[in-house]
Amino acid sequence: MEKNTNYLVGVFGDEDIMIKAVKALRKKGVNIYEVFTPYPVHFLEDALGYKRSWMPKAAFGFGALGTTCAILLQSWIMGFEWPMIIGGKGFIAIPDFVPITFELTVLFSAFGMAGSFFVSQDLKPHKVPQIFDRRQSDDKHIMAIDLANNKLSEEEIKALLSESGAEEVNNKSFTEKEKKGNFFDYVADLFTNGVTDSARELKG
Amino acid sequence: MQIVSKVREPLVTGGKTYKDITEDVCRPVEGNPSMGWFAGMGLSLVLLLAGGAFLGEMLWSGIGRWGLNKTVQWAWDITNFVWWVGIGHAGTLISAVLLLFRQKWRTSINRAAEAMTIFAVICAAIWPVVHMGRPWIGGIWALPLPNTYGSLWVNFNSPLLWDVFAISTYFSVSLVFWFIGLIPDFATIRDRAIKPIPRLIYGALSMGFNGSAKTWMHYEAVSLILAGLSTPLVLSVHTIVSMDFATSVIPGWHTTIFPPYFVAGAIFSGFAMVLTLMLVTRKLYKLEDYITMEHIEMMSLVVTITGSVVGIAYITEFVIAWYSGVEYEQYAFVNRMTGQYWWAYWSMMGCNVISPQVFYFKKLRTSIPFIFFISIVVNIGMWFERFVIIVTSLHRDFLPSSWVYFSPTIYDVMCYVFTFGLFFTLFLAFAKYFPVVNMAEVKSVLKSSDTKVYQSRRTISNEVVPEADRVPVDL
Repeated sequence: MEKNTNYLVGVFGDEDIMIKAVKALRKKGVNIYEVFTPYPVHFLEDALGYKRSWMPKAAFGFGALGTTCAILLQSWIMGFEWPMIIGGKGFIAIPDFVPITFELTVLFSAFGMAGSFFVSQDLKPHKVPQIFDRRQSDDKHIMAIDLANNKLSEEEIKALLSESGAEEVNNKSFTEKEKKGNFFDYVADLFTNGVTDSARELKG
Repeated sequence: MQIVSKVREPLVTGGKTYKDITEDVCRPVEGNPSMGWFAGMGLSLVLLLAGGAFLGEMLWSGIGRWGLNKTVQWAWDITNFVWWVGIGHAGTLISAVLLLFRQKWRTSINRAAEAMTIFAVICAAIWPVVHMGRPWIGGIWALPLPNTYGSLWVNFNSPLLWDVFAISTYFSVSLVFWFIGLIPDFATIRDRAIKPIPRLIYGALSMGFNGSAKTWMHYEAVSLILAGLSTPLVLSVHTIVSMDFATSVIPGWHTTIFPPYFVAGAIFSGFAMVLTLMLVTRKLYKLEDYITMEHIEMMSLVVTITGSVVGIAYITEFVIAWYSGVEYEQYAFVNRMTGQYWWAYWSMMGCNVISPQVFYFKKLRTSIPFIFFISIVVNIGMWFERFVIIVTSLHRDFLPSSWVYFSPTIYDVMCYVFTFGLFFTLFLAFAKYFPVVNMAEVKSVLKSSDTKVYQSRRTISNEVVPEADRVPVDL
C-alpha cells in the first residue's frame, strides 16, 4: 500500500495578508512546508525564516575562476606555447589581455551561477513539479502545510489559516510516486487521461 | 513598506487584476495568430528567402560579389555588423541597467527588448562569419584552438579576436538572462495548457518551476547579479567593437572618443528599434494598458538624450582633429562633410542629431505615428553613421593613386535584406509562441502602480490609513 503525504493548502489572494499569515502561523509553532507565489514577493523569505541566497557567492567564485583561466590561457599561449612578437608588444602583454579576461570572467560567472541555480533548485526540462493548486502561477498565493510534520491537529491549523485570511483551505495529497515526479509516468498519464480539470477551470 | 508616488502615472492602466495580466499575455500564445501576424510573417519569409538566395550564391562564388575593392576592404559588411550589434544593446540596457536602477517602468517592455537583443546579435554575427569567405573553416579559426594550417593559435593581441569573445559572451549571457526571465511565465502557460503537447513543451521550457518561495529567493538574486554582470558587458561589447577601428592608424578611425561614442550610439539605435517594435506589438496584441504612453514617452526621452550625446561626439571629433594638428586627420573629417560622401554625412546629421530633438515637445512625444516615424529615421541615421565612419575613412587612402568611390552591388543589398528577413521572422515567431510581456514582473509591480489595487491595499492595512481616507474597492 502506497503511503500518501497529506497537506493542508491555504489559498491567499493578497501578498500582504499572506505574509502576515505566515508570521502568525509560525508564531503558533506551525511548520510551513512551502509557500508558492505567482511572482516574487519581497520579505516573504524573511517571514519564512530562510537564510540569504548564496548565489552571489557562487557568482564570485565562478568569476574568479574565469579570471584565472583567462590570464593563464593567454599567458601560456602567447608567452610559452607559441611566442611571437606582434606589433612590438611583449610576449605577455597584460593590457592586451584585459578585454578577453573581462569577458571570460563574466562568462564563467554568469554560466556558473545560472548552473548552480538550476542544480540547487532541481530545475531541469524533465522535472515534474509539485503543483498544490494551479492558481499558484496565476493569481493566488498558496501555503502548503505538511500535516505529518506538525504537532497541531488538522482542525487547529485549518482554523488558524482561516483566521489569518485564507480565502480557501483545501486538502491535497501526493503519493510517494507523485512526490518523486517520475517523468515517464507523467507523460503516460497526460496522454491517457488528458489534462486535469483544474487547468480548464483556470482558463475560466 | 512600499512608497508610492501620488504624482506618477500608474505603470499598468485599465484597473487590471493579476488574473487579467495572465489572460491578456497568454491570449496570443494560446490562440490562433491574427491576419496581421500572418501578413508580417509572410513578408519576413519573402525577405529571408530572397536574401538567402543571394547570400547562398555569394557563399558559393565568394565575397568578390560584394562591391569591395583594394582600398575599401570593409563597407556594408562591417557597417551592418556594427549596426546590428548596436541595435542589440537596448535590450540588455532596459533589462539590466534599469533593473539595477530600480526603474519599474521597464517591466512591461524588457521581455521583447531582450528578445530583440538576441535576434539582433544573431544578425550581427552573420557578417564577420560571412566576411571570412570560407565560414565553414573560418569559424573554427576564430576560436582559441590549436590548428595545423599555419599560425598555431589565435592572436590575443588583436581587437578582432576581442570582438569574437565579446560578441559570443554577450550573446550567451543575454540568452541565459532572457531564458531565466522566461521560466516563470512558461510555468504559467504550462499550468493553463489543456492539450498534452503544449503542456509537455512548456513544461520542458519551464524546467519544472513551481514558484516556491525558496526558488523565487534564489531566482531574484540570480536575476539581479546577471543584471549586474550584463551592465558592464553592454558597455564592454560596443567598446570592443569600436576598438576594431580605434586601435588602427587610419585617419578618421584612430579616435579615443570611439568607445563612449559607439556605446551612446548603440543605446540610441537600440531604443529606436525597441520603439519601432513595441509600437507595432502593443497595437497588434492590444497591450496598450501595459505598454502605456508613459513607457513610450520615457523611451522617446532616452532617444533624445542619447541622440544629443551622439551629436556632441560628432562635434568633438572635429575639434580633436583640428587640435591634433595632423593634416590627414583634419582632411578625413572635412572630407566627410564636403567630399564625395557628403550626402551620407548630412543624412546622418539630420537623422541622428536634429530629428530626435523634436521630442522636447510633449505633443510630439505623445503622438504614436510621429514617434514611429522618428524611430525609423533614427535607425536609418545610425546606419549612415557607421557607413560614414567606415567608408569615408577608407575611400581616401594615404596615396591619391588608390582613391576610389565605393558602390554596393546587389549582393551587398540582398545580404542586408536577408538579415532583416531573419530578424523579423525570429521576432514574429517569438511574439507568437512566447509571452511578450513579463507576467511575473508586471504582477510584482502592480500594487505600486495601479491606483485601484493600491487603494484596496490601503484599505486592508488599517493601521496606516485613517478611516476617512479609505476607499473601498471591489476587486
